[in-house]
Amino acid sequence: MEHLLSAADLDLESATLILDTAKEMDAAMSGREVRKLPTLRGRTVVNLFFEDSTRTRVSFEAAAKRLSADVVTFSAKGSSVSKGESLKDTALTLQAMGADAVVVRHSAAGAANRLTGWLDGSVVNAGDGTHEHPTQALLDAYTIRQRLGRLEGLRVAVVGDILHSRVARSNVALLNTFGAKVTLVAPPTLVPVGVGSWPVEVAYDFDAVLPHTDVVMMLRVQAERMNASFFPSAREYSRRYGLDGARLARLPDEAIVMHPGPMNRGMEIAASVADSPRSVIVDQVANGVLVRMAVLYLLLSGHKGGAA
Amino acid sequence: MAQRARDPGKRPLLSSADIARIIDRIAHQILEKTGGDDNTVLLGIPTRGVPLARRLAERIKTFEGLDVPHGSLDVTLYRDDLRMRGARALGPTDIPASGVDDKRVILVDDVLYSGRTVRAALNGLYDLGRPAWVQLAVLVDRGHRRLPIRADYVGKNLPTAIADSVSVLVSEMDGEDAVYVDREEQ
Repeated sequence: MEHLLSAADLDLESATLILDTAKEMDAAMSGREVRKLPTLRGRTVVNLFFEDSTRTRVSFEAAAKRLSADVVTFSAKGSSVSKGESLKDTALTLQAMGADAVVVRHSAAGAANRLTGWLDGSVVNAGDGTHEHPTQALLDAYTIRQRLGRLEGLRVAVVGDILHSRVARSNVALLNTFGAKVTLVAPPTLVPVGVGSWPVEVAYDFDAVLPHTDVVMMLRVQAERMNASFFPSAREYSRRYGLDGARLARLPDEAIVMHPGPMNRGMEIAASVADSPRSVIVDQVANGVLVRMAVLYLLLSGHKGGAA
Repeated sequence: MAQRARDPGKRPLLSSADIARIIDRIAHQILEKTGGDDNTVLLGIPTRGVPLARRLAERIKTFEGLDVPHGSLDVTLYRDDLRMRGARALGPTDIPASGVDDKRVILVDDVLYSGRTVRAALNGLYDLGRPAWVQLAVLVDRGHRRLPIRADYVGKNLPTAIADSVSVLVSEMDGEDAVYVDREEQ
């Protein structure tokens, strides 16, 4: 593995290797006096964030630091510079500094892929526009496997703004690789064109899907899109596609509730649901660090990245 | 972990019966050295050190009725050759609930060679806690040390050339117990 750009690039073997490595990272890190491993000592990981992000940036930073890598964080809120040009210039700068791995988040789909042409080091896509967010899908898969013991044959409902969601795209690809059955649940206006070619079923009635679901993955309603007339009002959305206590009760006993964060409590998910024992949202955050440690380890071991 | 294949038509250097006798002997030596205290922990180094540690614990239990906690300590993340060798799959780390603080930790591995693996294990161990003693038990010592490291319990000293390859097979993973040596072509 040289880069991690898309969950669709992972076959069953490499995806399983990442989850298994994350599990061993967990075992290696638990109950220790020193919560740090020397594995990536002397390697430089650059976090390059062109979009606001707290949890993903901090998670990657924690993962790299726990493996003793040197971490440099660029929060390049480059709204004033033209994107193609500034991205290339930034890449050349990083190249000159000798970054072994670059973790990139950008508002343009394909940005991470573009970087690979300019850098010798590994590139990890931490979210590119509405395209993909592979490590989120990996940590979701890890969390499901941790809680339910398997992925194959599970019924997963991904609910909400599929159209703008890179989390949904990465999850569809990865869950399909693991043999889970994915149903997208959304208002028709938020279902992407061409979804017919995706390996999923599409449903518009959340209540009908609930009893036949092992995992409910709620997506954030992106408030910035509320005015684009995708649905009449926030209240209406919440009534039809929000997960409240009544809907939670309709799920099978073993089913779990997930959310990539940040949550709009009371909008797509009720506070009582987010804090219920069925919710694995906090586990997702903890597992995010482990999965990203696994990805950095697999990318950076033996990889002669960096120019310096 | 890939299964190691038997070399057809080749005589093993150590047979299954030899290995059983060696394990029994090392179990007795551990009992002798520790005086049968209840302060010992056996940690196998994946992959093949893990079943060897488990067998030592079983034999000690048979001989003296002592329950010695045993587990595994993966050293992959502590290796110094990751840049050269590429990413390896991680092995299991499973430290007994009693921990390692103030214990006599006996590291168990199949082959002692350059000593790099043991160096990595020592670093890993001291990140977990502070043992009172650390000892090393190996099934085969093939020489060619590159670090000042020696084993406290040795199954068999095996003079080898650098180009020889020593493979240890254990029944839990490879279907049989045996040690083979592929000698360098003369």
